[in-house]
Amino acid sequence: MSYSKLKINVIKALFNSQYANMLEYRVEIALWALSGVLPFIMLSIWKESGAATSYGFDGLSLSRYFLSAFLVRQFSVVWVVFSFEEDALLGKLSPYLIQPLHPLWRYLAAHIAEQVTRLPFALLITFTFFLFNTDSFWIPSLIQFLLAWLSTLFAFSIAFLLQSIIASLCFWNEKASSLERLLFTPYLFLSGLLAPISSFPPNIQKIVLLTPFPYMINFPANILSGLAENIFIGFIIQIIWISILFPVVILLWKAGVRNYTAMGA
Amino acid sequence: MKDRAIIDVEQLSKTYQISDKDPGFKGTLKHFLSRKTFGVEAVKNVSFKIQPGEIVGFLGANGAGKTTILKMLCGLIYPSSGSIYVDGFNPAKRQNDFLKNITLVMGQKQQLIWDLPPMDSLQVNAAIYGLSESEATNRIKELSIMLELGEELYRPVRKLSLGQRMKTELLASLLHKPSVLFLDEPTLGLDVNAQARVRSFLSEYNRKTGATILLTSHYMADITALCSRVLCIHKGELFYDGGLNSLTNKLTPYRELRIELKDQFNPKEFENYGIIKTNTDRFIEIRILRTELPKVISRILERFEVIDIEIKDPPIEELIGKLFNQRRI
Repeated sequence: MSYSKLKINVIKALFNSQYANMLEYRVEIALWALSGVLPFIMLSIWKESGAATSYGFDGLSLSRYFLSAFLVRQFSVVWVVFSFEEDALLGKLSPYLIQPLHPLWRYLAAHIAEQVTRLPFALLITFTFFLFNTDSFWIPSLIQFLLAWLSTLFAFSIAFLLQSIIASLCFWNEKASSLERLLFTPYLFLSGLLAPISSFPPNIQKIVLLTPFPYMINFPANILSGLAENIFIGFIIQIIWISILFPVVILLWKAGVRNYTAMGA
Repeated sequence: MKDRAIIDVEQLSKTYQISDKDPGFKGTLKHFLSRKTFGVEAVKNVSFKIQPGEIVGFLGANGAGKTTILKMLCGLIYPSSGSIYVDGFNPAKRQNDFLKNITLVMGQKQQLIWDLPPMDSLQVNAAIYGLSESEATNRIKELSIMLELGEELYRPVRKLSLGQRMKTELLASLLHKPSVLFLDEPTLGLDVNAQARVRSFLSEYNRKTGATILLTSHYMADITALCSRVLCIHKGELFYDGGLNSLTNKLTPYRELRIELKDQFNPKEFENYGIIKTNTDRFIEIRILRTELPKVISRILERFEVIDIEIKDPPIEELIGKLFNQRRI
C-alpha cells in the first residue's frame, strides 16, 4: 500500500470513528454550540449602550461582525488539553503512545468530527439570529466565504497548537489544564469575542496585534462580515504563528514523552 | 541485535522521583511549601534474555517492578540506565517498525472506543497498522474464531461483559500480527471460564504464529498453563530466571498423593510412606519425597486395593509466597 493511500485510510478511519462517537454526544454538542452565544450578548450590550457609533460602527456592520465572531468561534473551539489530561491521568494515553501514529492525530480527528456534528446546530442558531435581525441578513461572496473558511481553519490551527503546548505540559504536571485558564482570559479579551479589535485604542491595538489572539476570532470574523482590511498581511501573520507554534509542540512533546510515567496504567 | 535473543535486557534500572505527603492540613501546607522529592528505585540492574517463540512468566508481588519493566520493554517509559533490545530495536526510540511488531495488553485498561462497537476501533487500528481491507477482514475473522467472538464485535463496548471486553481488547491488540506480546495481567478480574479461554487462546496464538510472549499475572494458573520459564522479581531485583518445574523442584522436594481406597483403612499403615496430611473414611492425602514417589506408589498398589490415585504439586501460590519471603532459591 502506498504511503499516501495509507495516510488517507488512517484519516478516513479516524474521522469515521470519531464522527460516530460524536454523534453519540450530539445533545451535549448542541448545548456547547448554544453556550457559544457570548458574541450575541455583546452585540446587544453594544447596541443598547449606543457606543457603536462613537467607535465608527453602524448597527448593521456590528450585527454582522458579532454573528461572524460566533461562527468563527464555533469552528475554532479547541478542547484538546482537557481530553489529553484525562487520558494521561487515567492511563488511556498509553495504548496510543505505542501505536505507529502520533496521538495528536486522534485528538485532531475528534475536533474535526465535533465541528461537523456542530455544523447543523450552528446553522440553526444563525437562522434564528436572522429571524430576529432580518435587516442583518447577508450572503457573503464565494471568495469572501472561502477566505473566511481558510482563515478560520488557520485560527483553529493556532488554537489547537497553543492548547497542545499546554497539553504537553501534562507530561510534567498532571493538572496542566489549569494553565489553559490563564490562556483563556487574554483570549477572551484580545481575540475580538467581546469587542472588535478596531474599537481598541490605537496604541493598545498595536500591542494586541502582536499576539496570536486577534487572528483567532477578529481576523476571520472581519473577512466574513466584509470589514477586513489587509487580508494578505493577516494570512501571513496566521501562517507565521502556526510556523512558530508547530515546532514548539513537537519539541515539547518529544521532551515530555521522556518524562511520561504511564500513570494509571 | 545481540545474539539470537528477541528480547535482550542488560543492567536495566528505573528510578521514579516521588514526594510523600503527610495527612491533614498541616501535611498539605508542608507539602506545598517545602516539598521534598526523592528517588524510588523501581527496577535495579535487571538482566535477562528471551528467545523467539518463548512464553515467559513474570512473577512478583504488587509493586515489585514487573509492570515498570514491561512498560520499558514496549517503549512507554524510558529507563534510567541499562540497555534494552526488542527484536533488534531500542524501544525508547519508538520507531514505527518496532511499534508495528509489538503489542501491550493491560488487564482492565482499554483502547477501544467506549461508546462504539469494537468493529469501529478495529477499523482504525487496521488503518494505523497499514492493513488492507481484505487483510483486516481475514485477520478479524481468524482472531474472532480463536477468541469465540461474534456479534459482540457489533455491540457498543460499554454493553459488553468484562470477559467479552477483554477478548475484544486482545483482538484489537493482535490485529497487526505482532511478534512480541507484552501482557500485563491479561486475565485480571475475569471469571474462571473466561480466564481459561484467554489462556487457551494465548497458547494457540503462540503455537500458530511463533510469537514471543512475556506476561505478568497474579493467577498462578496463567503461569503454570502457559509458561515453562519464569522470571521472579522482588523490590525491583531479579532473583530467579529459569524453568517453572525446576523452581518447584527446588522449592519443594515433596509431591502430594491423594488416594481413594476400596475399603476403610488404618492410617497408621501409611505412616511409613510419608507425612499424612488428611485422612477421611476411604480417602487419604500424604506428602512423599519426589525421589521416593515411584517406589512408594508401587508399594501402595501392591498392598492396598486402590480405586483412584492422584499426584499433585503443592499449591504454587504457597511456593511463590515462600520464595518471596526467602528472596533466594
